[in-house]
Amino acid sequence: MKSEPKHQNGYISAVNGSLIEIKGLENVVRLHDLIRISKFNILGEVIQIYSDYVIAQCYENTSGLKLKEEVINLGEPLSMELGPGLLSNIFDGIQRPLDRIYSFYQKDGFIKRGLEVKSLSRESKWEFSPYRKTGDNVHPGDIIGTVQETPLINHKILVPPGISGKIMSIAQKGEYTIKDEIYKLKLGEKEKSFTLLQKWPVFSKRPFTRKIQPQEPLITGLRVIDLLFPIVKGGTVAVPGGFGTGKTVIQQTLAKFCDADIIVFIGCGERGNEIADVLKQFSKIIDPKSGRPLIERIVIIANTSNMPVSAREASIFSGVTIAEYYRDMGYNVAVLADSTSRWAESLREISGLLEEMPAEEGYPAYLPSKLSSFYERAGVVELLGRDQKNHTLFGSITIIGSVSPPAGDFGEPVTANTKRFVQALWALDANLAYSKHYPAIDWFMSYSNYPDYLSDWWIERDIHWPELDYDWIQCRSLVNEILSKENELSNILQLVGEENLPEMDKFILFVGEIIREGFLIQSAFDSVDVFTDVNKLLSHIKIILLLYEEGKKLIQQGYFTEDIKNLNVIQKILRIKNNIENEEYKQIFNLKDQLIQEIDQLKLTSGSRK
Amino acid sequence: MSILYQKVQKVIGPLLFLKNKHDVQYEEIVKVQMEDKSTRFGQVVKMDEEIIVVELFESTKGISSQNTKILFTRDTFKIKISDTDMFGQTFNSLGKPIDLETKKELKYNLLTDQEKDIYAYPINPFARDYPSEVIQTGISVIDGLFTLIRGQKLPIFSGQGLSHNKLATQIVTQARVLTEEPFLIIFCGIGIIEDDAIKFLKAFRESGNIQNIISFMNFASDPVMERLIIPRVALTTAEYFAFEKDMHVLVILIDMTNYAEALRELSSAKEEIPSRKGYPGYLYSDLASIYERTGKIKGKTGSITQIPILTMKNDDISDPVPDTTGYITEGQLVLERELHKKGIYPPFDVLSSISRLMKDAIGKETTREDHADVSSQLLSLYSNSLEVRDLLSIVGKEGLSNEQRTILKFGTEFENSFLNQQPNENRDFNQTLSIAWKILSELPRDKLVRIHDKFIDKYYHE
Repeated sequence: MKSEPKHQNGYISAVNGSLIEIKGLENVVRLHDLIRISKFNILGEVIQIYSDYVIAQCYENTSGLKLKEEVINLGEPLSMELGPGLLSNIFDGIQRPLDRIYSFYQKDGFIKRGLEVKSLSRESKWEFSPYRKTGDNVHPGDIIGTVQETPLINHKILVPPGISGKIMSIAQKGEYTIKDEIYKLKLGEKEKSFTLLQKWPVFSKRPFTRKIQPQEPLITGLRVIDLLFPIVKGGTVAVPGGFGTGKTVIQQTLAKFCDADIIVFIGCGERGNEIADVLKQFSKIIDPKSGRPLIERIVIIANTSNMPVSAREASIFSGVTIAEYYRDMGYNVAVLADSTSRWAESLREISGLLEEMPAEEGYPAYLPSKLSSFYERAGVVELLGRDQKNHTLFGSITIIGSVSPPAGDFGEPVTANTKRFVQALWALDANLAYSKHYPAIDWFMSYSNYPDYLSDWWIERDIHWPELDYDWIQCRSLVNEILSKENELSNILQLVGEENLPEMDKFILFVGEIIREGFLIQSAFDSVDVFTDVNKLLSHIKIILLLYEEGKKLIQQGYFTEDIKNLNVIQKILRIKNNIENEEYKQIFNLKDQLIQEIDQLKLTSGSRK
Repeated sequence: MSILYQKVQKVIGPLLFLKNKHDVQYEEIVKVQMEDKSTRFGQVVKMDEEIIVVELFESTKGISSQNTKILFTRDTFKIKISDTDMFGQTFNSLGKPIDLETKKELKYNLLTDQEKDIYAYPINPFARDYPSEVIQTGISVIDGLFTLIRGQKLPIFSGQGLSHNKLATQIVTQARVLTEEPFLIIFCGIGIIEDDAIKFLKAFRESGNIQNIISFMNFASDPVMERLIIPRVALTTAEYFAFEKDMHVLVILIDMTNYAEALRELSSAKEEIPSRKGYPGYLYSDLASIYERTGKIKGKTGSITQIPILTMKNDDISDPVPDTTGYITEGQLVLERELHKKGIYPPFDVLSSISRLMKDAIGKETTREDHADVSSQLLSLYSNSLEVRDLLSIVGKEGLSNEQRTILKFGTEFENSFLNQQPNENRDFNQTLSIAWKILSELPRDKLVRIHDKFIDKYYHE
């Protein structure tokens, strides 16, 4: 049989919103392949295939399209360009470079339709240093060489997944663009050359050897999180909250201060001015360790609420694919997605156009499986590649997704389903926000399943005080206990009035207040308070718990809560968060001594009241 | 070149179904010629090889399957914009000048060949300049506590019967930028009652400021579909003056609840699957496509600021329209009924209101050095006074300590002197802050914990 060239062109046979129906491609396209409408240069993705037509969703506005217009099958799914040039850059949901679109093509500040710009610059030069030599046998994930992508991050050039062979040639140390040949491998009989660039489809996971159990916390610097609702490197957490509860501030604080190596920030269906704010802040804030702007460890994906909805759907997968690429270099990557609700809404919108049978509130029945396919890409993994000494390597992806439930109702489908796939929840409460308690993380509704994984890590870093023999896990449970007692008591308080409470209950209410005001509340705008490190966190909570334990004894001996309230050290404890820098955490040790002294003094002057 | 059609196959609500014979463009504008030769406009919203669905912006009343002529214009929705003869004028949802009394289109054409598509491209987030300069509204509670920033979208959540019309008028007539740069106000009425529209225009004229105002009016009696068009027409005009003519433009959209209801009506006519309270699932994206047409662009001096005004049903802030809006905008100004009943104007629910862009924009360089401290102090004291007021209803005045009575008195003073203002009273930033210091000075100095000592020394008077 004579082989004919594949028929790769079709034509538009219907238009409905961002969806187009195409005839002529039904026998050649695969699901999720990209198509291009040639006249306007609009990209789209095939999402349904029927016997005589296919349906594609367009990543751009379909205004002005006509029936019979030509559609080209591009024969590959939506893929990310992976290579040097990702960091400190900003891309839209389908990885078009927004900074270069602005600088080189559309200076008027708007994103016009049909612009084709390569995701990564083909002109920029990168200093490549080889890591292997000719004749080495290399396997997927092995490091070929490195490029100092930004002063903060060393970009490792890896052998792409699925490729093994012998190095025939490798570039010498020097400057190259991502188009230049860097190495040549002998694959079986054939030789193939490789550049600094590789591509990977966004809806497929990048391969690894195996997942392992996370055991290291992602330190966020937020006390309520690091103590009560911790998250691990490789973990998943959802942050639901109504508007005005501070989701975005939490996301931005994490992006600035959490101890991941690389941040992928996905602004998904949110405000344009917020992205401008992120860009401005991150270029200004300097990483204390390296003295470089934080933006050098960040990749931003921005698909604001007014940008096309189908690109919004792709954006979180685009982000996580880039995260996997850096994970494969052995980095700990944090993916911050704000907000997954807008992403879910884009699913709903497209599903509505497809006239699919909806499940709850118009969301498609596959919402849960799509959500899980996103959160499941988090984790700590043993990488495919090994270092030169053949040691195994590890990398991780942590996913922190904010959720915007309508009317703050956590029972709505996106929040409810997200809770099934995450291991921790930081529930933001409107009442806390209203009373200016930030971060407004509600300590009754929030949870984390990670503390058990982390106890060893914290024990290694524990601070030993002879006066108080609690480790991190014990501190956590005691704080929880006090807060829940406080809650019970404050309900009773409203009925009977403070006068009529037993002295011990008054004291617990007092300690509860110290925990809330002096520990849980944390200002994102105070230069000292904004980040609390491990040492300060431990000493900070321990001095409050020491006050609790010692105070309890005093009350039992007949002292009044007022006596304890009047101790000079109390005001100092309340101001630890603003007055003591992380490095000076030993000052809290002095406060501890002062506390013990003042209590002794109290006993000495007034004797036992009994 | 236009294509003529004759036969309408089916009419459902605002939608016309035609047999597809020609190659029409998606979202192409359609002219519908009625039997009496009058024309209406519509747009292609769906098309396949058999059928074209046209959504009429205007009423479908009187459309017949035989005698209605349909013209395809080969173009998307564009409006004419003129640099010279738009100021002080009123336009309808098709961007045509109208006479307010008769509501008829005026016969004259704008002197221009500028034509703009009303569906704008999104602003590249990378190209945005972070908003940081103030607008003075002359209203103490806004300027003092929730300062409006150029490039911000700050909605007003009101309720039926509250004084939002008065407030809108006051903002339109008083708002200004503190520099010498050109400032334009675009007022866009969406489904508003004719009496109100006339009242607005009368107030604008009397203010002597009318040359800085362009109005767009869609009346309650106008076809519902026009409500979906008019904010976009207004914003297209705003974008032209802001980004091509370097003006600072303030756009007032009143009432966005009418817009959302029109959207719901259209969605239900299209038999789409509803989400909350019958609103379509794309309510968020659709509202965002309006609200996000705000901001500043790098390298341009102009800006667009939006104040969308909406009425909450039953004063319920969790209704989809305010809820969705709050998620998109940068803060909200909430009006409440209790204060309104007490006769306080403007009746702000101070504790639920916020302006998110304010903190980076106020201070020594722009408003006054003590502004941030004063505003945070007023908010926290007023919030204390409301707590004491609750307590008062339980324990009675005798049960209050002296300190609590002072705070209580402060709350009343705050409402009567700071919040309360005449609808034509224009206070600049200095006056607003002076009033704040007047009531703060009635408290002991040590109550002012949120204000730096140097400002207390300078502004506190015994």
